[in-house]
Parts: sequence; C-alpha cells; structure tokens
Amino acid sequence: MEQPRKAVALISGGLDSMLAAKVVLEQGVRVEGLNFFTGFCVEGHTHAIRKQDRARPKRNNALWVAEQLGIKLHFVDVVEEYKPIVLNPRHGYGANLNPCLDCKSFMVGRANEWRRERGFGFIVTGEVVGQRPMSQRRDTMPVVARESGAGDRLLRPLCAKRLDPTLPEREGWVDRERLHDFHGRSRKPQMALAESFGFTDYAQPAGGCCFLTNRQYASKLTDLWTSRGRRDYDLDDVMLLKVGRHIRPRPHFKLIVAREEGENRYLEGYRKRFTHLRTTSHQGPLTLVDGAGGDDDLLLAARVTARFSQGRDADRVTVEIVECGGESRTSEVAPLNPDEIPPSWYV
Amino acid sequence: MTPRHTLDARNLLCPMPVIRVQKAMESLAPGEEIEVRCTDPGAMSDVPAWCRVHGHEVLEAAEDDAGKIRITIRAGPGDDDGRSA
Repeated sequence: MEQPRKAVALISGGLDSMLAAKVVLEQGVRVEGLNFFTGFCVEGHTHAIRKQDRARPKRNNALWVAEQLGIKLHFVDVVEEYKPIVLNPRHGYGANLNPCLDCKSFMVGRANEWRRERGFGFIVTGEVVGQRPMSQRRDTMPVVARESGAGDRLLRPLCAKRLDPTLPEREGWVDRERLHDFHGRSRKPQMALAESFGFTDYAQPAGGCCFLTNRQYASKLTDLWTSRGRRDYDLDDVMLLKVGRHIRPRPHFKLIVAREEGENRYLEGYRKRFTHLRTTSHQGPLTLVDGAGGDDDLLLAARVTARFSQGRDADRVTVEIVECGGESRTSEVAPLNPDEIPPSWYV
Repeated sequence: MTPRHTLDARNLLCPMPVIRVQKAMESLAPGEEIEVRCTDPGAMSDVPAWCRVHGHEVLEAAEDDAGKIRITIRAGPGDDDGRSA
C-alpha cells in the first residue's frame, strides 16, 4: 500500500542532495536514501588503492550524509545496467564522456522502481535549475522527469518554487511554501541553508564525483575502445583505468605501470590475467601488459619498467617478465631515457 | 560463539564490500550473526557506518598486521516494513 509521506532521496554524498533530503525531513516526511554504484564513482577507490591517500581519514560521503540525516542508505549496484548509458547515451556527452542527462534519467528511473516496489510516495533529488550545463537546465529537467518515468512524483526541493507544482505539493504531502527557489551556479544559497541546518562539515559541492567528467580518464577510456576496436568495458577495465601510468608504446599493447606501493599491491591482484614485469635488481613498479606483445614489445616494456624503477640511472636493470600462462624469464635491459618516452605514448 | 554466516569480501574495494554486506543481511533473521572478511581499509569505517544507519550491531571490527579485516555483525530488529536492510 502506498504511503505518500515516505520519500526516497538520491544521495550522492555531496551537499545538494543532503540539503534536499533535509528540507523534506524537516516537513515530517520519512526519507530513505539511495546511492548508485556505477563503477565510475570517484568515491573511495583511489583512496583505497594509493598508499599516499590512505593517511587521510576515510569515509564514504553518502553514508556519512545518511548518518547526519538519520536516514537509511541503500546502495544499488548498477554496473551492468549502466553500460548502455555510457556507451550510447541518447542525449550525448558533456565536456568529456559524461552522459549526465541520460545518467540522471537512469538513476531517477531506478529510484522510481524502488519507490513503487516499496510503496513510497515520491522521489527527492538535489537538482537546482541552471546549476549544471547538461542535466540541470530549465529545458532538460522535464526530460529527466519524463524519461525516468517518475513524472510529477519527482520533487526537487531546492528549486521547486521555480518549477510547476509536483504531485507531493499538490496533494499536500509537502508544503510548497517551505521549499526553495534556488537557481544558477552560485553556491551561496546552499551554503546559507547548510548553515541554518547546522551543517558545517560536508563534502565539497558540485561535480567531481564521477570519473567520466575527468578529461584524463575519458582519454584513457577512449583509448581502450580504440585499441579493442569496440566500445565496451567491464568493471575491471573501469578500475584499472583509475590506477597507474598508462603508456601505449605501440597500437597493439599498453603498459599499466604502478606509481607507488599501494598501486603495486592493487595491480598484484591482476597478475594472473596479464603478462607482467617487475624489476628484480632494483626496487620498482609492477607493470601489466594489456594486449598481445612479441619479444621486441616485451623488451621495450622491460625498458619502460626499468625507467620507472630505482635503477633508472643504472646502466643495466634486471627485469622479470612473467607471461600470462606463468612462464617466467629475466632480461637485463638499459632503462629508457626520459626523452625516449614521447608524450604521445602517455594515454 | 562462531557466527553461522560468513561473507568473503576480500579484494573488493568500497563500496562493494558494503553492497555485499547489504545483500547478505537481507536473508538474516534478527539476532543472527555474520562474519565479514575484507581487505579494503575503507571497510573498517564504511561497514560499521552502514550497520549504524540500518540498526545492525557491530560486535567486533579488527584489522591485523597483514591488512586482513574481520567484522562481526548481529542483525538488528528490522524496520516497520519488515525489511532487514
């Protein structure tokens, strides 16, 4: 049975979704949060992998927000379902490979299914008219409501007064007068509202939570598709693009070279699936070879690996090369000079 | 007493361990216990945080010198919808 004064809120871990949920909670509505795991989330991963980042206090911002609000938070694994959004977004990409409009419609759509299954009345998001160039414009916000299937059960409490009244407002489940009229890219209204709620410690607002908005990451994903001759990926691809230096000396193979101990440890988990190299005469990185490589290619890979080892200035460095099937051999190589790795090799 | 249920979430990065815990808790009756094994240090904060917001009790959370993490959880009473997670 539907309980109209229950809402499901999309919680990213940023300020806007936190405020939107709080505004509705303040009206006595019961709220539960959803957080979608696409694989492209910046949250946590590099933090977990890179040793230098481990010293910083770790927290999942969406969970932290849920605790501050006193609401339940449900994670939804959408890695597989999300692929068509990334690969063929109906509304195209933003500045990089970010399919923001399709993404928002997808997430609101999933929230709408969740809501229907549990009898919740409406959906809450932290969207603000005019804040984002793609998904949060006056002309695209109705697209999200329509294509998600949520229709007028989608409430945007931070800018509701600038939009037509939704079902929860018309039915009196929430008081429209106690909603807001924020618009544009200024963060001042959000910060003032946060202060009024006593929120002082929150994640840096606006963007930055998705690797698809990152130019370098998008470049690496594009390179992956080009090299394979098809647009596809799996979760391991997505994760490996977050780790190490990606160097493509030849079109048919790429090297993933760990940058520090934490990345070395993370790449260890992929050793059985990739031909890999490591220096044995000096401390150095673990390097994975992505793509078929002949002897000349592996020699070049060994010289690149040596270049990023403690033996970079030595005449010779010993490198162990382990083929995908487990066969191992060592080679003594001269490390490449920095000017022998042209910028065009860096993906 | 050894928990009847165990969950192997090793070599998964957050939030995947939390997602696995969330799934596992759906099938636990109130009061039942589960031992979760993880390797991502983020799990030491994220799994207990998830348990707090869902009313489950963390009985023990420990990380050894090798970075292996064990978290023991007792399922809470569930909510007024009868949902445990």
